[in-house]
Amino acid sequence: MNTSLRAAAPSQPLREERQAQVVAALNEVLPRGAILFRHEDTVPYECDALTAYRTSPMAVVLPETDAQVAAVLKVCHRMGVPIIARGAGTGLSGGAKPHHWGVILSLAKFNKILKIDVAACTAVVQCGVRNVVISETAAPYGLYYAPDPSSQIACTIGGNVAENSGGVHCLKYGLTLHNVLRVRGFMVDGEPVEFGSEALDAAGLDLISVIVGSEGMLAVTTEVTVKLIPKPQLARCIMASFDDIESAGAAVARVIARGIIPAGLELMDKAMIAAVEAFVHADYDLDAAAILLCESDGSPEEVAEEIVRMEQVLGAAGASRIEVSRDEAQRLKFWSGRKNAFPASGGISPDYMCMDSTIPRKRLAEMLRAIQQMQSKYGLRCVNVFHAGDGNLHPLILFDAEEPDQMRRCELFGADILETSVRLGGTVTGEHGVGVEKLNSMCVQFSPAERAQFLAVKRAFDPLELLNPGKVIPTLHRCAEYGKMHVHRGMMPFPGLPRF
Amino acid sequence: MDGQDPALARLIDQVDHARNYRAPVDIRGGGTKAFYGGPPKGEPLDVTGLSGISSYEPTELVVTARAGTLLSDLEAALEEHGQCLPFEPPRFSPGGTVGGMVAAGLSGPARANAGSVRDHVLGVTLLNGRGEVLTFGGQVAKNVAGYDVSRLIVGSLGILGVICEVSLKVLPITRATATLFFDWDETRALEQLNIWASQPLSMNASAWHDGRLHVRLAGAEAAVSAACGKLGGAAVAPDAAKTWWSGVRDQTEDFFSLSEANLARRECLWRLSVPNSTVSVKLPGRQFVEWHGAQRWWRTTAETREVRAAAAQAGGHATLIRGADKSSGAFMPVSDVLMRIHQGLKQAFDPACVFNPGRLYAEL
Ligand SMILES: Cc1cc2nc3c(=O)[nH]c(=O)nc-3n(C[C@H](O)[C@H](O)[C@H](O)COP(=O)(O)OP(=O)(O)OC[C@H]3O[C@@H](n4cnc5c(N)ncnc54)[C@H](O)[C@@H]3O)c2cc1C
Repeated sequence: MNTSLRAAAPSQPLREERQAQVVAALNEVLPRGAILFRHEDTVPYECDALTAYRTSPMAVVLPETDAQVAAVLKVCHRMGVPIIARGAGTGLSGGAKPHHWGVILSLAKFNKILKIDVAACTAVVQCGVRNVVISETAAPYGLYYAPDPSSQIACTIGGNVAENSGGVHCLKYGLTLHNVLRVRGFMVDGEPVEFGSEALDAAGLDLISVIVGSEGMLAVTTEVTVKLIPKPQLARCIMASFDDIESAGAAVARVIARGIIPAGLELMDKAMIAAVEAFVHADYDLDAAAILLCESDGSPEEVAEEIVRMEQVLGAAGASRIEVSRDEAQRLKFWSGRKNAFPASGGISPDYMCMDSTIPRKRLAEMLRAIQQMQSKYGLRCVNVFHAGDGNLHPLILFDAEEPDQMRRCELFGADILETSVRLGGTVTGEHGVGVEKLNSMCVQFSPAERAQFLAVKRAFDPLELLNPGKVIPTLHRCAEYGKMHVHRGMMPFPGLPRF
Repeated sequence: MDGQDPALARLIDQVDHARNYRAPVDIRGGGTKAFYGGPPKGEPLDVTGLSGISSYEPTELVVTARAGTLLSDLEAALEEHGQCLPFEPPRFSPGGTVGGMVAAGLSGPARANAGSVRDHVLGVTLLNGRGEVLTFGGQVAKNVAGYDVSRLIVGSLGILGVICEVSLKVLPITRATATLFFDWDETRALEQLNIWASQPLSMNASAWHDGRLHVRLAGAEAAVSAACGKLGGAAVAPDAAKTWWSGVRDQTEDFFSLSEANLARRECLWRLSVPNSTVSVKLPGRQFVEWHGAQRWWRTTAETREVRAAAAQAGGHATLIRGADKSSGAFMPVSDVLMRIHQGLKQAFDPACVFNPGRLYAEL
């Protein structure tokens, strides 16, 4: 094809002609009803959960079999059509945002659990299976799939693999990467491929490491083998209140310093607590400046022992109130607030933008102070919830998308948070991915040579760059433009001049 | 890392030279794993000059060390703060380096529960074939900015570049451990391990050999003693247990030592990595089972073809660890499509093909 066409400015007649050709070619390999291309049918696919960024796709395909996926890829590859794989569309960075000249490959129909192997403690599932369904299906065997993103009732395992998703329990149990053994799927040209194996490792380079977290840019996943782990007999959660956010941050470091790895360790600030309490009534302490949720799981003996140690550390760290869940109902209630942080933010503001940077834990207080200053600088409010144990922040910037200037200020606010995180020794994204949202920030985190190396990795899998083009790795040109204002790794130009 | 650092600057010069003359280099740390993979070829590129722990903050659970740092120094520094590398990398003999540990990607007895080297790598600074010093990943546990190149490097045996510095996730040393043994045949041991592995029992390592199964439990005091009660068996005294597991970890146990005479008789040491639920693998020779059945070492004179077929049939792969004849390669060949990706990646990192040729596969 047709690189020139893809690069060209969208022109309506040209696009309609191209669309007709592509739809005709896809019609030859897919059953009726598996292709959507009328505008009213494709509207739901225009964005993922980062709804501020939209594009209308040329077509959406909904294959049901591996053979159909391969055939779609072959057609697109032959015609030079960009392919954007899509799971449930809950991504928060625009990873599944369509391409104007591209096809959305929806894997929603790949929703079967193929095998639960109790002896091996694994599950083989199709990529469109929702995260929570795996644990539900494994529950009768006393097993579960550990990574539990807050979106777990909706997001798919294929999307989790693409984003290397985490959850509140990944401090102890790891991210998607640590819990996936094998990924099967297709290369961009429709050739079947298998990364990893049902054993704990595979021959050759550890390719599954780059596949997990590759945001649909290296291959299309259709089947995933995940590890299942024995469900702990018991879990109890401590809710600890603090009068200031610094001591809450310091308490996190002290828990770890005592050699405790909690099953979950989450922090919410006052504004977030208020929003959440209004939304779900989780019995949170409305007077606290911050609360920590600290969970212990294991055998009853183990939990009893650990909870005592946790209470001691949190008390010594200055907690003003400590409450330990009495039973499972109360534990779930404690978590219900945390798990509803995003929708609760939707309840107090027309729109919100969720940031996702990670910083070394010890810089937490510094970061929160910086965010406080940014609120006045950009004239927008921000509520904070984060995976404190991993230093993964989720500041939610509240704004109103109807007001263009608020949208603009929100983007600047977000970029400021990300760049501050890089300066503090962290990263621009801990679990939500780069997508389209953090392309500029990637220019700050990585040098031109590092970005060139990423692009070379991409081409080793997808030489024509048809899989999810334009995401994750910014072009050198884009960074050059962005760099007129910013410089690599937080080193600002003219460091001597005052900034505000 | 700073390109002005004299030790690093020297390495960059050497890589530039190698690229310009297309002269292969053999990246070397302590040389304790020179036996692993294909035979080293080319001019030695010594990374031991890049040494020292760059940063370590116990409360962050992260340590960053330069590649030539002795593994023993790193482990001692961690132990001082009650922390460890939970994946128990095998040391084989003294002198091993952090870079070598990552390049070889080998994990020890606790791997099935604690995860692998790969799982604990958070960031890598790499010197690629163009002489560029690149940093991927970082010093935080959650990081999905860009492709996870730092973990791709683990087990790459140096074919993609020179590892200069590594950040690792570390963990507190478990508060209590206990080792039990059971005199069971292979079938019984495997069955029981699969059952235990699917229960919350604080099982942390297992090893079966010659009619005896050892199981190590690790975790909170209360959990370990409760699990001991459930499992039964006989207890091994703490000191003896420690010696036993380090013998397994470092392969100083008798089973693993092949003399010149053994090698001359075409006896080989193979590592089979298979799903843990695989029923017993049938090969001539002797076996040592770890990782609750997922890692099976074989001392055998069987042909390469036969060993690889047995592993493949179980859904895994086989690696020739020690043997006189490695002409068919140490690692099991991968599918054509995967080999194309391997070649593409080699091209992407080391276009002049100077780093460790043939260590992983003859064509790379
Ligand atoms: C309320 C809310 C809470 C959230 N909480 C968390 C959280 O706690 N932790 C967390 O990590 N994330 C969280 N997320 C983000 C999101 O749910 C995850 O990123 C999730 O993994 C996306 O899955 P999905 O199926 O919706 O993927 P999509 O959004 O459809 O796609 C995400 C990316 O994956 C690619 N992709 C999808 N399927 C495939 C496939 N089969 N093959 C190849 N590429 C594919 C897409 O191209 C895209 O780049 C949250 C989102 C929301 C809306």
